[in-house]
Amino acid sequence: MSSNNRPLSPHLDVYSLPLSALISIVHRGTGAFLSIGSIVLVWWLMALAGGEEAFMSAQSFMGSFFGRLILFGWSFALFFHLANGIRHLIWDAGYGFEKEAVEKSSLIVIGAAGFLTFFVWVIAFSFGIGA
Amino acid sequence: MAEFTLPKNSVVQEGITYPAPEGATNVQEVHVYRWDPDSGENPRVDIYNLDLDTCGPMVLDAIIKIKNEVDSTLTFRRSCREGICGSCSMNINGKNTLACTKDIGDIDGPIKIYPLPHLPVVKDVVPDLTHFYAQYTSIKPWIQTDTPPPSDREHLQSKEDRSKLDGLYECILCACCSTSCPSYWWNGDRYLGPAILLQAYRWLADSRDENAGERLDELEDPFKLYRCHTIMNCTETCPKGLNPAKAIAEIKKLLVERKIA
Repeated sequence: MSSNNRPLSPHLDVYSLPLSALISIVHRGTGAFLSIGSIVLVWWLMALAGGEEAFMSAQSFMGSFFGRLILFGWSFALFFHLANGIRHLIWDAGYGFEKEAVEKSSLIVIGAAGFLTFFVWVIAFSFGIGA
Repeated sequence: MAEFTLPKNSVVQEGITYPAPEGATNVQEVHVYRWDPDSGENPRVDIYNLDLDTCGPMVLDAIIKIKNEVDSTLTFRRSCREGICGSCSMNINGKNTLACTKDIGDIDGPIKIYPLPHLPVVKDVVPDLTHFYAQYTSIKPWIQTDTPPPSDREHLQSKEDRSKLDGLYECILCACCSTSCPSYWWNGDRYLGPAILLQAYRWLADSRDENAGERLDELEDPFKLYRCHTIMNCTETCPKGLNPAKAIAEIKKLLVERKIA
């Protein structure tokens, strides 16, 4: 019997990924997004060193709606990656592998990321930075 | 590199629909992945309408009923029908499990049956597990000792040491966990996967084994062990309620402990 024409059984199309797997995907995505964000940070610092004119143009981009949208996404990515990173540390120490614990820590990661993002933006606006 | 879509010859097509028998009042739709190696055609999904009033309670009962009464060409593995042999592992409604212990009553809507994910298909829901078994062989799943056993008996083990194997020895190598793992999908050629790593830990945790050093040397590899990214699909899907992710973490811990000791 020939075996080289065997099809590959369906995987992503049929598997219903549990919440922990979706968080794992977002963890990787936010990690990649944060790398891009750190390049933007370097660009902003270079503008700061480049004098008033360069800095003002960087500031006006960051202060625009689109700029703030990126910053908002970046702050969420930062807190999500941070919260889930701490969960990974706990896992690496050998704790929290029971199904119920994983379910709970999944929700804590999402909640913490959302709360910290919200918190930072409330502070930012209350100091008039966003105004 | 991860290939997220299926190759051309593997794309699943619409299949045949078999109507319910006349007079059936308790009809259950069952979708089954079919592939015939002799046809040269792509895989397809056939739809069977079964009368649940004349069917046993488990998904395996439904599959056997199809083979007995509707379509005798349907091919699948099964043996013990009580969750101890690991033969009838397959993907049922998006999750890998044993057909014999999966209650039809727990499923809302149609039952959807596919082979274990991301494996070469031999026929219908029978996947090729050759590579999986070869990986199992590679971890030397037997006791290795230097000291000879006492002259009048075998190597003994205290009850306490024996209990360290609980949650490990129950693994029946059904491959549900390994084939639920995206890391195993994308890197299964080199990553050992959750089932084999749980087995590897089973021998590391055995007080009678004296070859832990060499076992750890073998596992200390960016692919064999460290493709585990704690996605947790393995533990989530294990039909025996075991925790391969924890076993893998224990191996990682042993490697760290060895380094700092």
